[in-house]
Amino acid sequence: MWKFTVRRILIMIPQIILLSVLIFILAKMMPGDALSGLIDPNIDPDTIEEKREQLGLNDPWHIQYVNWVKDLFQGDLGMSFFYKMPVTELIGQRIVNTFWLGLATLILVYLIAVPLGIISGRYNNTWADQLITGYTYIGFATPTFIFGLVMLWIFGFYFGWFPTGGSVTPGLEPGTMEYVLSKINHLLLPAISLALIGTVSTVQYLRNEIIDVKQQDFILTARAKGAPESRVYNRHILRNSLLPIAAFFGYEIVGLIGGTIFIEMIFSYPGMGQLFMESIVARDYSVATSLVLLYGIATIIGTLLSDIILSIVDPRIRIK
Amino acid sequence: MADKLIEINHLKTSFRIGDDYYAAVDDVSLSLNKNEVLAIVGESGCGKSALAFSIMGLHNRAKIEGEILYRNYNLVDVDESTWSKLRGKNLGMIFQDPLTALNPLMTVGAQISEALFLHNRKLSNEERKAKVIELIEKVGIPRPEHVYMQYPHELSGGMRQRVVIAIAIANDPEVLIADEPTTALDATIQSQILDLIRELKESMNAGIVLITHDLGVVAEMADRVAVMYAGQIVEIVDVHRLFENPLHPYTRSLLNSIPNAEKGQEKLHVIQGIVPALQNLPREGCRFKDRIPWIDESAHETTPELHEVAPGHFVRCTCYKQFHFPNEMKEGQAHANS
Ligand SMILES: Nc1ncnc2c1ncn2[C@@H]1O[C@H](COP(=O)(O)OP(=O)(O)O)[C@@H](O)[C@H]1O
Ligand SMILES: [Mg+2]
Repeated sequence: MWKFTVRRILIMIPQIILLSVLIFILAKMMPGDALSGLIDPNIDPDTIEEKREQLGLNDPWHIQYVNWVKDLFQGDLGMSFFYKMPVTELIGQRIVNTFWLGLATLILVYLIAVPLGIISGRYNNTWADQLITGYTYIGFATPTFIFGLVMLWIFGFYFGWFPTGGSVTPGLEPGTMEYVLSKINHLLLPAISLALIGTVSTVQYLRNEIIDVKQQDFILTARAKGAPESRVYNRHILRNSLLPIAAFFGYEIVGLIGGTIFIEMIFSYPGMGQLFMESIVARDYSVATSLVLLYGIATIIGTLLSDIILSIVDPRIRIK
Repeated sequence: MADKLIEINHLKTSFRIGDDYYAAVDDVSLSLNKNEVLAIVGESGCGKSALAFSIMGLHNRAKIEGEILYRNYNLVDVDESTWSKLRGKNLGMIFQDPLTALNPLMTVGAQISEALFLHNRKLSNEERKAKVIELIEKVGIPRPEHVYMQYPHELSGGMRQRVVIAIAIANDPEVLIADEPTTALDATIQSQILDLIRELKESMNAGIVLITHDLGVVAEMADRVAVMYAGQIVEIVDVHRLFENPLHPYTRSLLNSIPNAEKGQEKLHVIQGIVPALQNLPREGCRFKDRIPWIDESAHETTPELHEVAPGHFVRCTCYKQFHFPNEMKEGQAHANS
């Protein structure tokens, strides 16, 4: 298993290098550079040229790339011209919010998917299954941002049960109970909205997995041993269907990344997703490229996680 | 023949297709004696597995009528909790495909161990493990300690079938049902598995129902043979007479379709047609009639019964009296034509 893990991690290195090169090239191909938005048009073009030279913007691209990577390793992602502060600091504020939103969503995704998937798979073709399957179809067909808007309107504005923006009520002292509760209160509605849509693929996957395992020959072997139905179900059917779900954990994270971008926009939730959208609109290149890089790395790590978990839970993969 | 272990009376197992039920096992009466190997032969689709699954109570959506008497139970209507006491303890089953019969996510040791655990909670973990190792050894798997910790995919088909057998015999069942235990295996492995089953038979003193479509296996293993066609038993007889004096046209066709070096047969008989699908089975008259169309209609009984033509030798329908293969002439005709 260690062999597999180490090899899998080694594969990640070229992936990340490739990702960074791609992002760098894309950023360079975009019109303008870090200076064009920053500088007052009244300044003399010679001064700008001087500044360019100073920042290394006139160097050949591979040198610029190496410098960029060097800076990355020192935790320097450049300056945001829009916020006039270091990108690292800017992202640092937001990443925590997105982390909590993502975590809450993940927990909700599993809280919804596991019971629904089990009911739907175990009692397939009953009315309960049909109801759940109906829900998953609706979930597949509904775009996250539209559903988010509807939820925001109903529970945020109409009933007023949840705050309609921000990540915490202003003026609260960090570390107090009120502060924590306010944080939770702010992320609950976006997390629920995202989870209700994001969970449907997991519900379907678990349902199909259970229905599939139920019909396997080894289930007959278990019955023929004298295992009572409850044990056949828990020890063989459920266990064998839940393990691949556990392995999906990493992919789940990857799937959530896209979702958080939309949901944070709609709920004006100050996370990375919102920052990302703003930076694109404002052509804040250093922020946008840094975020794409971070999202890319998160995706690579998510798939890595899934592959490793899968190799732990499924002995057939462990060997290879 | 001494004590009956299992007595089946008028068993009918039907599956629902569309809105109707169709019997895959249709009025089968049969018994299994202590210490015998009863072979059930027939082409694929004749209802052999449906019969085996009925005895084990493994059908989940079938209508089962008639009686399967075992000890003081009628297995046709015992409840689930009784089933889980009987299965694996009194009745063991070996399945056809060892590649799919084992849980891919459990070690071999855990899977055999479960069979012991379910019927004997008194064993300590160490005792149980020792018994499992002993079982692995008994079914002829080398390096039992090592295999104990392996997963099914790490073993060959033959080794996996030995594991399936170890599970089936873990609690010394009185009745062992083997549903085509060697069909999925290579020829050389087949004979090793058959040797193993024979060895176990000697040491276990169980009654074995051996399902197969291979008459070679029957010749090697069986004491008594029931030939099954289209859900019915068409002939029951001991193994010697089956090969010496087969009567039913279906039995004779099966025997005639295997190459026989000794007799130096010139022509193999190929049985015409196929076993009809469940919905299309002829339910009236002789079910084999359509596959021997050269035999006169009048040779068949209207409602074919099993007739005891000699002590312990049963044949269904009367058509056997006039049956001949298409390439051999009927005796009367032979004279007329010459
Ligand atoms: N669960 C089922 N539902 C419907 N038909 C079935 C089912 N199981 C078996 N059959 C049908 O019953 C007949 C006998 O099948 P089976 O007992 O598996 O035959 P065998 O084991 O002799 O090859 C076949 O026609 C098969 O298609
Ligand atoms: Mg079969």
